[in-house]
Amino acid sequence: MTWRTISIAPILPLLVGACSYQHYQSDFGNGAVEDTQFLTLFWIFIAVCAVMYLLVIGFLFASIARRGRAEANVVEVGRHHWSHPLMRSTLMGWGALIGVGLTGLAIASFFTDRSMAKAATGEKLSVTLTGNQWWWDIVYNSADASKTVRTANELHLPVGMPTRIILHSSDVIHSFWVPSLAGKQDLIPGRENDITIVPRKIGIYRGQCAEYCGAQHAHMALVVVVDSYPDFLKWWQHQLQPAPMPTNPMAMAGYKYVTSGPCGACHHIGGTPASGLVAPDLTHLASRKSLAAGTLPMSEGNLYGWVEDAQSLKPGVKMPTLAMEPKQLHAVVAYLETLK
Amino acid sequence: MTDVRADSFDAMPAEERERIRVEEENRRLAQERKKIARDGPKLRGAKLEARLEATWRRPPGIIGWLATVDHKEIGRRYIITALLFLALGGVLALAMRLQLARPDSALIGAERYNQIFTMHGSTMMFLFAVPVMEGVGVYIIPLMLGTRSTAFPRLNAFSYFMYLFGGLLLWVAFVLNIGPDVGWFAYTPLSGPQFSPGKRADIWAQMITFTEVSALAAAVVLVCTILKARAPGMTLARMPLFAWAMLVQAVMIIFAMPAIALCSSMLISDRLIGTNFYNAAEHGDALLWQHLFWFFGHPEVYIIFIPATGFVSMITETFCRRPVFAHAVVVLALISTGILAFGLWVHHMFATGLPRVGYSFYTAASMSVSIPTGLQIFCWLATMWDGRPRFQVPMLYVVGFIITFVIGGLTGVMVAAVPLDLQLHDTYFVVAHFHYVLIGGAVFPLLGVLTYWYPKITGRMMSETLGKITFWLTFIGFHMTFFPMHWSGLLGMPRRVYTYPAGLGLEVPNLISSIGAFVLATAVLLFVLNGLFSLYRGAIATPNPWGASTLEWATSSPPPVYNFAHIPVVESDTPLWDVEGELPVVTGLRVDEKETLLTTVVAATPDVREPIPAASLWPFISAIAVGIVFIASIFSPWALAVGVIPCAIALTAWFWPKELKRHPEPVIS
Repeated sequence: MTWRTISIAPILPLLVGACSYQHYQSDFGNGAVEDTQFLTLFWIFIAVCAVMYLLVIGFLFASIARRGRAEANVVEVGRHHWSHPLMRSTLMGWGALIGVGLTGLAIASFFTDRSMAKAATGEKLSVTLTGNQWWWDIVYNSADASKTVRTANELHLPVGMPTRIILHSSDVIHSFWVPSLAGKQDLIPGRENDITIVPRKIGIYRGQCAEYCGAQHAHMALVVVVDSYPDFLKWWQHQLQPAPMPTNPMAMAGYKYVTSGPCGACHHIGGTPASGLVAPDLTHLASRKSLAAGTLPMSEGNLYGWVEDAQSLKPGVKMPTLAMEPKQLHAVVAYLETLK
Repeated sequence: MTDVRADSFDAMPAEERERIRVEEENRRLAQERKKIARDGPKLRGAKLEARLEATWRRPPGIIGWLATVDHKEIGRRYIITALLFLALGGVLALAMRLQLARPDSALIGAERYNQIFTMHGSTMMFLFAVPVMEGVGVYIIPLMLGTRSTAFPRLNAFSYFMYLFGGLLLWVAFVLNIGPDVGWFAYTPLSGPQFSPGKRADIWAQMITFTEVSALAAAVVLVCTILKARAPGMTLARMPLFAWAMLVQAVMIIFAMPAIALCSSMLISDRLIGTNFYNAAEHGDALLWQHLFWFFGHPEVYIIFIPATGFVSMITETFCRRPVFAHAVVVLALISTGILAFGLWVHHMFATGLPRVGYSFYTAASMSVSIPTGLQIFCWLATMWDGRPRFQVPMLYVVGFIITFVIGGLTGVMVAAVPLDLQLHDTYFVVAHFHYVLIGGAVFPLLGVLTYWYPKITGRMMSETLGKITFWLTFIGFHMTFFPMHWSGLLGMPRRVYTYPAGLGLEVPNLISSIGAFVLATAVLLFVLNGLFSLYRGAIATPNPWGASTLEWATSSPPPVYNFAHIPVVESDTPLWDVEGELPVVTGLRVDEKETLLTTVVAATPDVREPIPAASLWPFISAIAVGIVFIASIFSPWALAVGVIPCAIALTAWFWPKELKRHPEPVIS
């Protein structure tokens, strides 16, 4: 009795856990067609596996309970080769049952895979995502070069529209994974992978690099915003705008420091001389929801902290700690906050 | 023809003279052979044992300790060393669980954490799991097969020292803060020269080289022992299931290790001499590493699991008083698992973008492994059903094994399906899955079998009460640690992250896991304390305290250095249950030299008498020479060129032919 309870008890928190969170970053998020198909297949597997498990455990406890415990180390001389006459046919039946169950599951898996591939046809939008230690470079491709948008660490997708995401890596292997939307796909240097996602629920989701990629692998997250199509177009239009020239003197001082100082060597800010390509694009930095690839929420305080001493917030990050005067720091943060 | 006169002898043709000379020589040798002491009706009992003891005893002192080729001493060292590494790996696991107990924890920094999980995985896979199975095999197999030694006992000693040096290299480097931080799988290009400057990745790769050499050596020793040194009458069909499991495992090692040898050597040469095997920018391929690594890495988990199924079979048989149901089915299941294991490596690579339809083949292959495993589980349960199981500590671990391992097997079926794996891959769900398979499937049976064979090895019983407490703590601690990981994986927690943000629902499962880890650690500590305590206070063990059926229980506990005074003869698959009184034996082996009997591969009919090499320091010196070359080649390719010389000297001395003095009987040299 106690053993039975123990064998079932661990399943309960799973069920509770599966139902009680916001699913911001969870396989149960059900935010895209791919994840819906995953969940259907998942529950089919769970059901079949649960039946098989109960059969094994049932047989185990029945065997234990059947004849009671032996008192001593006595072999039933002459009988120890005896086995139940039905055991051989039961073994064959069990083998057949496993075979049938596995075949069923393999077929279900195969058809889910095919139907995922089918749902992902007819791409309407193409995005190139490049993995870097430890951030995501995002380019919205367009036949018209003036409509191409480059951003970082925040992916916007229109709901209901198959979006093909082309995956590259500029250094080591990363893996693109937004659990609430779809399964993962690796970004491998020297290769091109892709994944097509059809979002089905408007919302904000979180993704995270799923292949160990060095010191700050844990802080390589991605915010995914699924918008209605009009909202998405509005966002795209806004992203096409260059950064506005600052108006107040403090921000102006920051602008000068950022564009002529060390920042511009790595970062790009549209419409300014800052044109580095090895670090995240900052053109609309302040409009994003997070900072440093999901390490910190976007806020004035976090901007201060990050600009002042990135190394202590995300040790090992490629962004150096710059020895800035307090005046310069205030100016730079004031400027960055204008990059809406 | 001894009366042939000298003049007529000289007159004979040359061939005739030669024939006579040979005949005379043979006659003389036959006289001498009669003087050789052999076991038999005239030499038995205490007198025989004293002679054998004198012949087989190793030289005294530290030299003797280093020179010994006794499989029991080597096996014991293997087991103890592997358990020490288990403890070290376990401490690292506790450190990780402390860090992950709370979100955004700053207890352990990113870089240190990455080193810790790399060390944990590498230690557990390469320095604990495989060597401990080898160690148990090296200790028990010759006893179970009724022979006096393993084949190639010096190679066996060499294998242990290589393993020890590899383990020391890794851990000394870690303590000196030059330990690896690229993960136990060391994916390129992260582990390549561009992204891992310094020597951390090289130390990992060379540790792998040490363990490759060691595992291959031990595998060759075990295959030859199992195929050639079985007691007369122990046909393949009668061979105990543990011996079958070790045979399959050792053959798997021989096929799997070359893949990792190749890929780690290519990594070292990329790093040391600038080859570009894995450099995509120079027409190399980052994925080549993954193919080669997993071609080894997947069989690796079966290399760990298959010996454990052998443990389960032996314990089930003994405690149910029944030979395992459908012996042949279990053997075929082991062999087919061993073969299938080489056909599924791609299921570790479903997210790498290989052609989608091709994946289905690997899904089917991965799922099909559960057929032989499912049949084996049925056979164990059927044995319990037919028999009358006694729940002493080893049997409890078997029950715990079935309850736990089957969950791991079923989640394994889940991750074999591509659409499921793309979500579950590299998350804590997979961490849960493989700990269910490796701890539930291999460590539970290992703890059971250490309890089971403890009296054979030490001559004393482990405490039953403490053992039961340990079992329940292990069982509860294990599920508490690893079950919530399924949950955190499904909630989106990737593997190998040093921290996670609050608000994703990950706090509760991680806290439960962390508490569970300490329960599990307490259980392991209790197991060790029980082992140490029982060494001095345990009840004295009889030769066969559990009433088991296999030959290792036919000799005293602990066994004498020569294992058996007479080599036993086997007439059934459960010899000790079928023979009343003493086992039948073969006699006629020399007692003045170390000698054992080899038998034919299938039918186990006596084949030849085999001399066993004496203790020698050269395996140890060779291991030092090879070790120096391996370590120096981390720093300079010239080490290989220069280091060949001491290695050649040591190996030449090791294999130096014995003096070919006239010997009264033919010698295999």
